[in-house]
This record gives sequence, structure tokens and C-alpha cells, in this order.
Amino acid sequence: MKDSTIQIGHGGGGVLSRELIRGEIMTRFGQDALRGLPDAATLPVPHAGALVFTTDSFVVQPLEFPGGNIGDLAVHGTVNDLAVSGGRPRWLSLALILEEGLPFAVLRRVLDSVRAAADACEVSVVTGDTKVVGRGQADGLYVNTAGIGELMEGFNLGPERIVEGDHVLVSGPLGDHGMAVLAARESIRIENGPLSDSAPVHRLVMAIQPLASSVRFMRDPTRGGLAAVANEIVEERPFGMLLRETLLPFSSGARAVAELLGLDPLQVASEGRIVMVCAPEASESILKTWRGLPEGRNAVRVGEVAGPAGRVVLETVTGGRRLVDVPRGELLPRIC
Amino acid sequence: MKYIEGFRNPAVARAIRKCLDSLAAGLPADRRVNVMEVCGSHTMAIARYGIRDILPPNLDLISGPGCPVCVTPTSYIDAAIELAAKGAIIVSFGDMIQVPGSESTLAACRSQGGAVEIGYSPLRAIELAEAHPDREIVFLAIGFETTIAPVLSIVEHAERRRLGNVSLLTAFKLVPPALRALLADPEIRIDAFLCPAHVSAIIGADAYRPFAEEYRVPCVVAGFEPLDILYGLQGILEQVTRGEAAVVNQYSRVVTAGGNVCAQAMMARYLEPVDAAWRGIGVLPASGLGLRPEYARYDAERRHGVIVGLGSENPACACGDVLKGKLRPPQCPLFGKVCSPDHPVGPCMVSVEGTCSAYFKYSGAA
Repeated sequence: MKDSTIQIGHGGGGVLSRELIRGEIMTRFGQDALRGLPDAATLPVPHAGALVFTTDSFVVQPLEFPGGNIGDLAVHGTVNDLAVSGGRPRWLSLALILEEGLPFAVLRRVLDSVRAAADACEVSVVTGDTKVVGRGQADGLYVNTAGIGELMEGFNLGPERIVEGDHVLVSGPLGDHGMAVLAARESIRIENGPLSDSAPVHRLVMAIQPLASSVRFMRDPTRGGLAAVANEIVEERPFGMLLRETLLPFSSGARAVAELLGLDPLQVASEGRIVMVCAPEASESILKTWRGLPEGRNAVRVGEVAGPAGRVVLETVTGGRRLVDVPRGELLPRIC
Repeated sequence: MKYIEGFRNPAVARAIRKCLDSLAAGLPADRRVNVMEVCGSHTMAIARYGIRDILPPNLDLISGPGCPVCVTPTSYIDAAIELAAKGAIIVSFGDMIQVPGSESTLAACRSQGGAVEIGYSPLRAIELAEAHPDREIVFLAIGFETTIAPVLSIVEHAERRRLGNVSLLTAFKLVPPALRALLADPEIRIDAFLCPAHVSAIIGADAYRPFAEEYRVPCVVAGFEPLDILYGLQGILEQVTRGEAAVVNQYSRVVTAGGNVCAQAMMARYLEPVDAAWRGIGVLPASGLGLRPEYARYDAERRHGVIVGLGSENPACACGDVLKGKLRPPQCPLFGKVCSPDHPVGPCMVSVEGTCSAYFKYSGAA
């Protein structure tokens, strides 16, 4: 009989470990660099002038949520960190920490999602690791991914390149991921409620490569949302940022959950969006290019680099102005 | 009807602003109008939509004592920490866990191993009581009329499921006695009340009639959306201009004259009036609700022999005067210096609905 849950023995290096690796990992990822299970992956050095490299750990609860699960999230999170740094994603590592008692059915769904997401992002999972810890020492399943990408030509990104008058763009509605996870966690059932926006953004970055020199800075607005990214951009700089509430895109589902829980959707995470600061003359072309792709069809300009130094100001629907603050402390449960 | 976008329409906001400006311009040159927004959610919405920024210069908004976290005394936090130390699982709304007690916070208590859980629904206490029959579950039952009935569903469910391990640490507060105390204070000048939205849904707009009739203070019930607030202020200025004092319910899509009779019946069944301590204001007679003696087994104080005593507060903290509208947050000597949302001294800085927190987070945009 096949085991239905993870046992401590699955991490012991013996027969059970072998079954786990051969049965679940190699069946999905064993075709390429993982063939033969070497201790390390050997990667061909590309022609690109530079590599980009990142890592991220994922501890989201619940493991599966409307619109995704911890598996595709772990791929998208790392792919997106590479992409907004101007990297074309190439290789991923995948490390799993499994809690004793995790149902195999959940593990299989998560690994299937990793496979599908990696294929969709055209990245290879080239190395990995699996550990099992005792009941209560982890929350079901933790995932770490590291990623390597090739720096795309033309991108020269950095917050120091931002100047007054630059435009601020977002590639789509904000906050759906955080609100979907929170609604799932708190069992808030809303008709047409939010679906996670977890998705790769690298195609959006690749599509604007011809305009790369006009792009000053990109970031994916995960924890802390647009509020955190915007504040990070203007911190200790001689300018501020002015956002317009009437232009900010939110889905009705995300907005509903945010209202219900009293959260500011500006502070809520997305996992498939880009916040970009670009030269004003390029913003229309970039938006036009983005809107030609399904993942960028709701891209919009939300504000500009302007106003009092170091401050992010929102012009609200009433015409009044207020500061946009970074979220403090613990507002949300684990969302990534 | 789109209930969110419909009440945030920029064109309508501009139209109401024009009305406010012309009403305010019609007042005598030296006339200032002090409007107290009683409820923390109004304070929050006013800050979040930058409303103070666009009001006529002779119209002042004063934030009232309507944030339940802010008016909860330090001794209550001390009692909750004591219960956690005794091994109980504490379930709380999120804001409470950062509030400083006399010496510590529930967040610090949790990091040292105390079982402190944040719940969005009071029924989380019931789930935990069923999942841990060998543990005591204590729900931190704070709040005004709005939250009382939902919290009482804990007692209702516990009765039905015969759960003997769940109780409430009550600090329920009532809005009308607080308004009466503010009006009786000669140091505070309030020209009108912007009355709470959701509290009024429970108690009904008629609950404010004594303030309009006895104290000649206009009372306008308004919702929490930006247009609700602007329209509510317009209603107030109209009364002030005409020298009238009446209760006007401008939130009629939710609030009725008599309120929610189901919630009122539930409160009457389980609770009785008690004198309650308001942080910064003091003890106000019959301004709170506590469990009736026949439900003493659900009362965490009586069940666990814990007493919510007097506690000690930082003497320099001016939250009390802020709550009464005597001081604006920046006038407090601690504001923005030793007291900030990262290191709050008083409860007005801790709660997201707190006046100081709203000031700190949202003002200074100009």
C-alpha cells in the first residue's frame, strides 16, 4: 500500500527517502540537469554579460489558496525577482522542508504546480533538496527556491536613477494575492472573491526590452504592497511620490475583502505585478506594450515622482491628500 | 448599486465641498464650529481620505472616544497577560496585542511562549474550545455596541454545544454615556456630533435625541464612506447655520430610528449595565455592560479569579485628553518622539483607529 502521509523516515536517507525522491521528484524534474541526481548542477555559462541571482523562502498558509498554491508561488516569486532585476530567468533550485504527517496528495499537487509553473516560465529546476522534520516543527510544507537569470541587454536599473517628474506605472490590479490568501485563511467566502494574482512577470519585462534605457527601476510589490515599494523608493531622497487614488487599480474582490477586514489595499501583496518608475516620455509606449499582453492588459499609470522629499502622498477621491505609510508590524498572516 | 465606488465618487465629493464652503462662509466671521466625530472608524476614514485637508477653515473636527482599543484600561491588558501566564489560550482582535499594559504587551507575552491568538471572528474561540477541551479559552471581549452581539455568539454557541472551557474577559462599552460625560465637561466645547455609523445601526438614531433636545447639540448619523462623511458635515453645518439642533439620520441605508432589536435583545439577555473604566476618562457610571450573574461561568474574571484593577499609566501620556478632544495628538509631549506606532506608549497610538495613529500615519502630506 502506498503511504498517504509524509513520515519522519522519508527524510532518513534510506528506502523511504529513495521512494520519495524517485516517486515524486524525479518523475517530475528528472529529465534535465537532475538526471542521475548529481550533488550540484553544472550550468553552461551564457553569453550574457552578467548573471542575476536571487533566493526566496515560502511559508504561506494555507498551502493551497484560490488562484494558486505554495508550489507555483515559489516559482513565480523567484522568477519575478529575477525579472524585475532585468534578468531573463533560466535556472531554479527547489528545496522542500516537509512536516511529518503532510498528506502525499497535497505534496503531489504542489509539485505538479511547480512543474507547470516552471514550464510556463521556461526555467529548469536544476538542483534541489528535501528534508523531513517532526510533527509541529514546520507548518505542513516550506519551500525555498533560488534562481539564476541572464541580465537582459539595455537594462540599467536602480533607485538612484529615479529623478523628479518620472512616471509610476503598475502592470495590473494590486493586492489580489494577499487578499485571496487572507480570505482563504479566515474562511471568508465571498462570491466572486479575490483570486491570487500569482503569475510570472518576465514576459512583461522582455517585451519592453527595446525601451529598457527609459526604465529606471522595477520591483514586484509583494509584502507591504505598493505602499512599501513607494516608500522604499523615496526614502532619504530629495523628492517624494504622488499617487492618485482614482487611478489605482483594484479588483472588486480584493477591495471587498480589504474593506471587510479594515485593511488598506495599498499595503497588500501582489505576486504577479510590476511597479515601474520610468522616464515620462516612455510611459505611454510601455503601457501600450504591456496592454498587448494578457498579464498586462490592465496596466496603468498611477502617479509620478513629485512632492515633498521622502514622502508618499495619495490624492484621495475627495481631493484631499494623505500620507501613504508602510505597514507596521503584523497585519496579515503569512502570505508568501 | 455599487456600495464602494458609489460613495467615493470624486465629482460628488467636489459638489459637497462647494456646499460646505458656502455654508461655512455664511457663518459670522469669528464663529468656529467644533464637530466631534465620535467613532474611531470615522477618525480613520477622515484621515485616510484626507478630509481634514479640504474642510473650510472655520470647521474643526475633534476625534472622540470611540475607538474600543483606546479606551481599554492598562489593567485589562495586565489581566489578559495574567490569564495567559496561567495557561489559558487568549483570543483577541488584532489591535489589542500591541497595546501596552502596565509592564508588558500581549505580543511580548506571546513571544515568550504565551498562547495568544488573533481571530477575525469571535467564533474562533469556539473552534479552539472544541479543539482543546483540556485548555481554557479566554476571548478578549472589548468593543462598543456594534461588536457586542457578535461576541455574545460565543456564549450562545458554548451553551448550545455545552462547552465548559470558554469565557469572556469583558470590557464592553456604551456610546451614549460617554457622550453625556463629554457634554457635561465644562472644558470641552462641542457644537455637534457626527454620530457613529455601525453603533447607530444597533442602538438606533433615536438614542441621540436627548443630546439634541437637552443639550441643543445637532447629531447627524453618517456612514463611513468619504461621501457619507462630507454629506454628514453638510447636514451639521445646515443645522448650525439655522440654529437648529436635531437628530438627522443620513445613513438610512443601514440605520433605523429604533436600531437592531435582535442585537438589543441578545445584549439584554446576557448582559447588565456596569460602571466601566475608560482609559484617560475614568470610571463612568453604567457606561459598560457585564455578564449577568446567571452567566458567571462565562465571565473570565469570576471564573479564573482575575481582577481588572487600576493599573498604571505613563503619567506623561495625554491619551485621555486626546480621547476627550481637549488635545490634538501633536500637542502631546510624547507624540512622534517617544510615542510612535512602532513604540506606542498610549492606546491612541496603538490601534489603527486611534486618533494619534491616524494623525501619525496620514497627516503631514502637504
